[in-house]
Amino acid sequence: MNFGDAIIVGIKEIWAHKFRSLLTMLGIILGVSSLVAMSALVKGMENGLKEALIAIGGLEKVRVEDQDIPAYQAHMADQAVGSTVNDIYALQQNAPLIRMITPDMRLNRGYMTKGNKVFSPWVLTGTTPDAIEMNQHVVAYGRMFNQVDDDRASAVCVIGSAARDELFGSPEDVGKEIIPIGELVNINGQPFTIIGMFQRYESEQERKVREAEKDKPRDLTGPRRSRGWSGGGGSFVYRLKNSTVYIPLNTMWIRFRSASGANNIPDPRLSGLNMKVNGIEELEPALQQVRNVLMVTHKGIEDFSFRTQEDWAEQITAAIHNSRLSGGIIAAISLIVGGIGIMNIMLASITERIREIGIRKAIGATNWSVFIQIIVESTVIALIGGLAGLVTSVGFVQLLVVISPTDNTPVITVPALFLAFLFSGLVGVLAGLIPALKAARLDPIESLRYE
Amino acid sequence: MALVEIRNVCKFYHLGGEEIRALDGITLDIEAGEFLSIIGPSGSGKSTLMHILGCLDTPTQGSYQLDGVLIHEASTRQLAAIRNQKIGFVFQFFNLLPKLNVLQNVELPMIYSNVGGRDRRERAMAALKLVDLENRSKHRPSQLSGGQQQRVAIARALVNQPKIVFADEPTGNLDSNTGAAILDLFRRLSTEGRTIALVTHDPSIASITPRRIEIRDGKVSNEVDPRLAGLSPKFGHLTAGQGIPPAAGEA
Repeated sequence: MNFGDAIIVGIKEIWAHKFRSLLTMLGIILGVSSLVAMSALVKGMENGLKEALIAIGGLEKVRVEDQDIPAYQAHMADQAVGSTVNDIYALQQNAPLIRMITPDMRLNRGYMTKGNKVFSPWVLTGTTPDAIEMNQHVVAYGRMFNQVDDDRASAVCVIGSAARDELFGSPEDVGKEIIPIGELVNINGQPFTIIGMFQRYESEQERKVREAEKDKPRDLTGPRRSRGWSGGGGSFVYRLKNSTVYIPLNTMWIRFRSASGANNIPDPRLSGLNMKVNGIEELEPALQQVRNVLMVTHKGIEDFSFRTQEDWAEQITAAIHNSRLSGGIIAAISLIVGGIGIMNIMLASITERIREIGIRKAIGATNWSVFIQIIVESTVIALIGGLAGLVTSVGFVQLLVVISPTDNTPVITVPALFLAFLFSGLVGVLAGLIPALKAARLDPIESLRYE
Repeated sequence: MALVEIRNVCKFYHLGGEEIRALDGITLDIEAGEFLSIIGPSGSGKSTLMHILGCLDTPTQGSYQLDGVLIHEASTRQLAAIRNQKIGFVFQFFNLLPKLNVLQNVELPMIYSNVGGRDRRERAMAALKLVDLENRSKHRPSQLSGGQQQRVAIARALVNQPKIVFADEPTGNLDSNTGAAILDLFRRLSTEGRTIALVTHDPSIASITPRRIEIRDGKVSNEVDPRLAGLSPKFGHLTAGQGIPPAAGEA
């Protein structure tokens, strides 16, 4: 019996019991579509997390932060200078593996006001114009401050879209995009001119949701409410990034720091340094260079630490690995259940067809060709089910999104489809194995007598 | 050398510690072109003998040579190929596959001998023509009468040009008129040179074949062989008024 004949016989057998075959396939259909849906959800999550990782500056970004002085240097605590702008100049000269470096002088408890509206930015920081590249900002309107603004310590600021939303009204509330360039706002009571505004950062999914809701009339009844800072997954990162306000470093120093430290002593210390490494593969030597330089400028006191995005990247990898594994196991279980269904039906169908098998053997079917016929039959059921499952999975993913909306759009990938189809075939072969063995071992004489 | 040579064939079964001798030392030759019947009451061992002759079963003892192949030493795989190529079966209950149409039923043995496509169809149609059923090729077995179903089964048995056809009570499930027609068909096929063995319990059916082998208690109890009387093994056909093709090995 050649393979083509076996497939034709298998399809005929399936067609002869349409309803039974459909029920049998259902298990595989569900298994395959849940496998595809799981992988689509995980892929969506992965994309969202990677987007968020890029949004905070990518893997090459390293932050130098203050750290408690180690115990063996505790007696030198009053000598510690902390991070200052001198570190920047020293690093720019002496750490060639660092591509870019920006200071970060923050104003704690900073608030912006416009009229009777108040906005507390997540980050209100004095920095250099390079910060825009460092933190992957995009100026949508106006301009970033430049070196001249910094040199003159101009009272200018560049704001994220959340500041505009709070102080001037968001496009959703007002119905049109307000561009507050040239407006005066107060930062901790001092007047600043808004010279630029960043674009609105959001994940793909948020953008889609917003665009979908754009045309709907807004429900304007009742007081507005703030939803708080917390939020799930990637969108948190975007909300923080939207609530950034940049002013020039010198402006920060002169207006807020030169007389506002403890006991009104000027406080020249930076909140941190942001650095970009040439390439992620040079991270280790680059950090060593930075350490060497900083040990000099910090008088040998190790009061600094590095924060890289490696941890986050590792967490992302681990989270994706875990959800892929658990999702895969769940989907595999449903595929196995589908396989058991096929096996069950095949066993029943063989008992029904003992006489047929006897006839086939009497006229020359070898055990092997009986075996192949049953295997092919169960594999064809599984493959048809698998194919149907692939089609269903698209709808299944849509359904999942409707039932439980996530921050991330599920993405169905071609390898996932291939893999699921392959698995359905594998399940078919395995499920057919025992029934096929049973059929092949039937004694022709006994089978011919079977009623 | 005869087509079938069995020497001292025994088949024993063990049933609850008791040994049952279904066949007890049968020695038998069948020449190509012979038309014979194996006759015996139920339980005599004739079915067991047919199963062994038909390569569905292997003897416990003794040797069996079919067309030069030592059957008692063959593997199950070889036995299947021999059943497919050298043996045709006709059963009492027709044993057609109900899901296939007449043509597909006749094509079935060729599926297992890898005869493909057009050749397969043409040979199946030729076999159906032999039993005058070529106009029923698209019917299901259930749409045919018993006699027609048996003729389809005969076409299926003949389609691979077997060396020998075994018919196990071929008229047992038919009324006497249709049964007679089927026996006529066998007789006609025999005159065309085919080797046919009828297995039956009914002496009146056995009487149409020139050679008759009676089995009783697993042994050959009586044998009527025209050759022993110095006659042609085709003797039976003289009475039917048909020509005598020389039997193989005799001329």
